[in-house]
Amino acid sequence: MSTGPLLFKDIETPGLTGIDVFRSQGGYATVAETLGKKSPADCIDVVKASGLRGRGGAGFPTGLKWSFVPKDSPKARYVVCNADESEPGTFKDRELMTKNPHLLIEGMILAAYAIGSKIGYIYLRGEFDYIQKILDRAIGEARAAGLIGRNVAGSGFDFELYTHLGAGAYICGEETALLSSLEGYRGQPRLKPPFPAVEGLYASPTIVNNVETLMNVPHIVKHGAEWFRQWGTEKSPGTKIFSVSGPVKRPGNYEVPMGLPLSKLIEEHCGGMRDGFKIKAVIPGGSSVPLLPVSLLDTGLDFEAMVAAGTLLGSGGVIVIDDRTCIVDALYNITRFYEHESCGKCTPCREGTYWMTEVFERLENGKGREKDIDLLADVSDNIMGKSFCALGDAAAMPVLGAIKHFRDEFEYHVKHGKCMVNRRMEELSGVPA
Amino acid sequence: MSVVQIEKAESLDWPPARRAEVDEALSHYPNRRSAVLPVMWIAQREWGWLSPAALKLVAKTVGLPEPEVFGIATFYTMFNMQPVGRHHLQVCMTVSCSLMGADRLFRHLEHKLGIGHGETTPDGRFTLRRVECLASCGSGPCMQVNLDYHENLDEAKTDALLEKLK
Repeated sequence: MSTGPLLFKDIETPGLTGIDVFRSQGGYATVAETLGKKSPADCIDVVKASGLRGRGGAGFPTGLKWSFVPKDSPKARYVVCNADESEPGTFKDRELMTKNPHLLIEGMILAAYAIGSKIGYIYLRGEFDYIQKILDRAIGEARAAGLIGRNVAGSGFDFELYTHLGAGAYICGEETALLSSLEGYRGQPRLKPPFPAVEGLYASPTIVNNVETLMNVPHIVKHGAEWFRQWGTEKSPGTKIFSVSGPVKRPGNYEVPMGLPLSKLIEEHCGGMRDGFKIKAVIPGGSSVPLLPVSLLDTGLDFEAMVAAGTLLGSGGVIVIDDRTCIVDALYNITRFYEHESCGKCTPCREGTYWMTEVFERLENGKGREKDIDLLADVSDNIMGKSFCALGDAAAMPVLGAIKHFRDEFEYHVKHGKCMVNRRMEELSGVPA
Repeated sequence: MSVVQIEKAESLDWPPARRAEVDEALSHYPNRRSAVLPVMWIAQREWGWLSPAALKLVAKTVGLPEPEVFGIATFYTMFNMQPVGRHHLQVCMTVSCSLMGADRLFRHLEHKLGIGHGETTPDGRFTLRRVECLASCGSGPCMQVNLDYHENLDEAKTDALLEKLK
């Protein structure tokens, strides 16, 4: 049972996926109160004033992004929801869409009105086939209720909304790769600038926002910026949903005010570690960010505090690593993931992730060389900031963080040809190969 | 992978029900190219995999050159470029699931079914595959059977599930 102050407040209400229950809780009321009654500029202003920042990983101010859409462009404009949720450790959008699809639709209608868009797409990762069915059904209900299609809620504003299913590619969570995929090309990133707000889908002004971001919008438009700022910090206002995984007592999604200490999330909300496990490190923002050692667990869960601690809030995918897990082994898994998902467009990422995986394999198999640790750091450094899109950084940052905080485990691998501790291998030893 | 010769493939056409789905998909976009993924999904639902004949039909339907459609299909991991078993077991091996025992689960499946990654049982019942993160990190280990999620898996639960998958 998920609970929380805002997006999770009523999310367990029986029948919430149906439009009648959603409306009985005040759902879609904001659409009728806003379209044709407030100006699009007012909508952008309130979102700007709220300080809402993107919940997909980058934390870019949402209102500011919307304000970049040129007001005088003769081209069509598009609203695209990034529902590709594929950052390892993150599973919040999946729960949000499964349980409250209409809130996403309401957020998209309001976003479309704010930038003057007549068509929106929800880009779902391919594995979310069942969520596409939930959303399509909800869109059908909204259409029957006059909230999608021509003359939305009698306002004279037209808005069409479609779902689009990807087919298995982490890179499509990167907004320009997502747009390439949506246009029917291989999902590879494009150079920025031009940013999507100016030249996005079909070279037209486009805003791309994460599911959780868009679901905050109806609440902000309805209750105002100050109300939204009752949660969180000055620069990271609002609540955030953190997906907690690893051997904690109660893994799952937790909506908490931004700024809450990470240790509190793990100890109080998740009930701490399972019996027999101790925390060794935590990856706070999805597998692409540097991990935090135990000494930094009191860091606040907000964008600024995480940067000050040498990592990032990212998508809020909190991966808890226990004391009997080998850091080198865990990082090998993560690096292999990025090697698999590198789209192949640029050399630093394509070659760098390949070579890092090779070096990790060597370390894992007891064939590591003394210079391999510095070699990993060197390859990471040659990927960081030198790749075409953020996937390269995503592959390099965790490796650099792991070497910084757990160099001793890497050195142990080189010296002894095996892990310092590794319960994964112990678990495997009991199963016939 | 063997050389795929789309141009030499037999010609295939959409059954009427699928044709309606294709037309609906095409109506969602300002150009036909954008419908390439939805149309590939429709083909995979109909035939179970994207055979050269199916890719040829997709290319014709969305108005793209056949090699480009092949290039798009192979970019994504969820399109089957070879036939798969009736139950496609896709086990997440990424970090969170791995912390919860995905490797053990995968080895158990290999042992139990007598097949490895990417292989299909001789009776065509199961195909086994390692996949990357399925957004099920808090309920791992996890696998998708075709497109259905099965979570918090252990050996006993997995064995009971396999029994049901005929």
